[in-house]
Amino acid sequence: MNSTTEVLPGVDLARFKALQRLAYDCAETVARELQPGVTEKQVAQKMKVWLLDHGVDDWFHQPFAWFGDRTAFRGFRGFNPRFFPSSRRLEENMPYILDCAPVQGGAVADIGYSGCLGHNPMLEQLMDDLAAHRELILRLIRQRQSMAEVSRAVDRLCVSQGVEPRHKAYPFSVLAHQVGPLDERSRRFSVARFGVRSVVWLSRAMAAGQRKGQSPLWSSGKRSDHAPMPGLWAVEPHLGFYGVGAKFEELLVITDSNAWWLDDDLPHVRRWKERQESRTELEPVLRLHDLTRASASKSRAARSSVA
Amino acid sequence: MSRQREVVSGTVRLAVRCDGDPAAPPVLLVHGYPDASQVWDAVADRLATEFLVIRYDVRGAGQSSAPAEARGYRLEQLSQDLQAVMDAVSPDRPVHLVGHDWGSIQTWEAVTDPALKERIASFTSLSGPCLDHMGYWLRDKLRQPSPAHVLALVRQLIRSWYVMLFHLPGTGLVWKLGLARLWPRLLRMTEGIDAPGRPSQSSDGWNGVALYRANFLRRLLLPRARHAVAPVQLVIAENDAYVSAGIFDGLARWVPELYVKRVRGGHWLPLKRPVFVAGLIADFVRARENPGGTQSRLTRVQGPLREFSGRQVLVTGAASGIGRATALAFAEQGASLVLADLNLDGAERTALLARLHGVSAWACRVDVGDGVAMRTFADGVEDAFGLPDIIINNAGIGMAGGLLHTSEQDWERILRVNLWGLIHGIRLFGERMVQAGNGGHIVNVASAAAFTPSRTFPAYATTKAAALMLSECARAEFSRFDIGVTAVCPGFVDTGIALSTQYTGVNADEQQRRREQAAKLYQRRGFTPQKVAAAIVHAVRRNRPLALVGVEAQGARWMSRFMPWAARLFARIDFSPN
Repeated sequence: MNSTTEVLPGVDLARFKALQRLAYDCAETVARELQPGVTEKQVAQKMKVWLLDHGVDDWFHQPFAWFGDRTAFRGFRGFNPRFFPSSRRLEENMPYILDCAPVQGGAVADIGYSGCLGHNPMLEQLMDDLAAHRELILRLIRQRQSMAEVSRAVDRLCVSQGVEPRHKAYPFSVLAHQVGPLDERSRRFSVARFGVRSVVWLSRAMAAGQRKGQSPLWSSGKRSDHAPMPGLWAVEPHLGFYGVGAKFEELLVITDSNAWWLDDDLPHVRRWKERQESRTELEPVLRLHDLTRASASKSRAARSSVA
Repeated sequence: MSRQREVVSGTVRLAVRCDGDPAAPPVLLVHGYPDASQVWDAVADRLATEFLVIRYDVRGAGQSSAPAEARGYRLEQLSQDLQAVMDAVSPDRPVHLVGHDWGSIQTWEAVTDPALKERIASFTSLSGPCLDHMGYWLRDKLRQPSPAHVLALVRQLIRSWYVMLFHLPGTGLVWKLGLARLWPRLLRMTEGIDAPGRPSQSSDGWNGVALYRANFLRRLLLPRARHAVAPVQLVIAENDAYVSAGIFDGLARWVPELYVKRVRGGHWLPLKRPVFVAGLIADFVRARENPGGTQSRLTRVQGPLREFSGRQVLVTGAASGIGRATALAFAEQGASLVLADLNLDGAERTALLARLHGVSAWACRVDVGDGVAMRTFADGVEDAFGLPDIIINNAGIGMAGGLLHTSEQDWERILRVNLWGLIHGIRLFGERMVQAGNGGHIVNVASAAAFTPSRTFPAYATTKAAALMLSECARAEFSRFDIGVTAVCPGFVDTGIALSTQYTGVNADEQQRRREQAAKLYQRRGFTPQKVAAAIVHAVRRNRPLALVGVEAQGARWMSRFMPWAARLFARIDFSPN
């Protein structure tokens, strides 16, 4: 299905895919070089320089980095300056999220990369849990359910997983937003880290969508109560649990009749595969209902001889 | 009958007594100050049926001889005495050590000695910290004198008044001047313990002052970094008048394999609750002797001790909503969990999330309304994990619809879960808690509907009013056993309950429509289960009889008390979504 032929008008999927790979390469490279003591601002700047060095010429938004409990977006939501890279320093076993959205030629990428400097069991669990969301979103979109309904299903999955849907803290509480091929001739500026070309594109898409009763901002709200809208969508489920957050962000291709993830060879997908393969034997878990009454009464007899 | 023998350690003769099968695992009990080995008699009687129990009078106490000067009481010498006794009685087999008060302090010296790694199988410590660890604890608190640290320091200083007193010259004389004769009466007055007097009480008290003088300042001012070479079970007595629980906070730093049990009963646990103490020791020793056996009864602690470390919490209805949030709130504070729900997958998921807080958690499928199942469950929990300290009776279902539309089956269904579930929980665990005598707490999740009459949800409100009354009655009955009971009355909380509420007298489609509308209202209210969970933890901490959670619960309570006529008018409005 991942054809490079023009499945969406004016979109060269191969270029989008190559740029998404580049963005993930950036995140992985910067993540490998992370050291304790580095600040969010320094890391965001490093990503920016790396991407510019690799031919990126504009931004949907400039790179973001969040460390520690800021990965769970605790205490801020919507358009809040605390969203921007801060002077928070990275420490041992601290989770982090790197998020960048470069533009190259007319192609746009928007990726999110979660990781940890050391080991953090909460983060590992959240990253495991994200797999079900990736699968659920694609399955329901292929069933042509309304986009709001898909987002609500994600909310319900979060409730049953016992984690918080932290993408509710994003502007407009979006689970995803549309990205599109940009006109190459227009000017390149950023305001408040967001690329002007992209913001203009998104505003036009919103205006166009409003006429059709559709929205390029995909959330659980009424505005998204419409059939899957063809285009490229940067989907970013973001889970939080006690001051730890994890997300992925990647492009979902939706056409009139089908949908697929633009690329299945991404760090988080590879991680799930590796974990599934290495999980040959589950850890022995003692369940109460496995305890036979015989053994229980035996141990009681033993104890009553003492107590 | 005890087998008596004498062991020579340096210049001192130690009086040693052994009981039980010489081939059984050896358990060595070390007494504190101002006691002699008799303090262990009741505990030893019970342990001797299963183990080789060894007791001795430490130097200067009971039948043992005393060194000539204070320097003879240094920890190094005390540890040598302990080794001499171990070598004499159990030369080949590693020994399980148990220490109380000064007996624990001196046993720490041995347990943190790398040379004894092969000789010590385990250590159960009661009310006696390692002085070196305490030295580091003091240092840490003084280096960062935050209000919490200063408070912890003050708490321990208040409990250590006698230690400071003993450093003044001549204070030991009080024992000769009549304190020895008064001692049994003092124990009865301060700790409620009936212990017979001992002829050696006067010399035990007089000689033992040297323990403090020879060691305290030296170790507290110049602590050595000492790590335990054996697994340690720390028994924290919450209402200990001499040792505050706070000084054990960072113990996991020094003890790689640490298990913690929090109990009530004061400083002299071996006298006050011998059966219980014997049970704790036996459990720990058994777990060491056959690894993989009853391990799960013990609460392992890694990282700093938290408020509920060493306590076990049982939650019913733990697969979602308030139950899950409450379980996680206690897990965050270090409690280990037993989780029950009809929905086993949900309960397992809660257990998995709880383990992320570094605690142990077990899930189980139980129907709280089924008396037989609940009894089996209570027995199984007690056998597998020990009796929980805190019970959260949370499982419940929602039901809406007029009285005349509520069928007999509907009534039976809701009474079974919301009322019988509660009755079973309180009876089965209450009776075990009373028997165990370790106090505890029972939380019953009722609702603001308990005092809000309404034509919209009569069945639900009736069960919740019963839950509230049951809770109040249980509190009255259990107060003398040190078991607190709390009724929690939340208002509209955004849990799954709105989506599973049964609407009586309507068809399935209509029910689904009403559920979704109610869920939307609940969502708009935006009151999270986490807030209820925080209120429950707080209510347990403060032993509150009633926790009203949310402004609507406060308002409803106020109205039912001061404007019942308004509540009655309100009750006539049909709030069911349409």
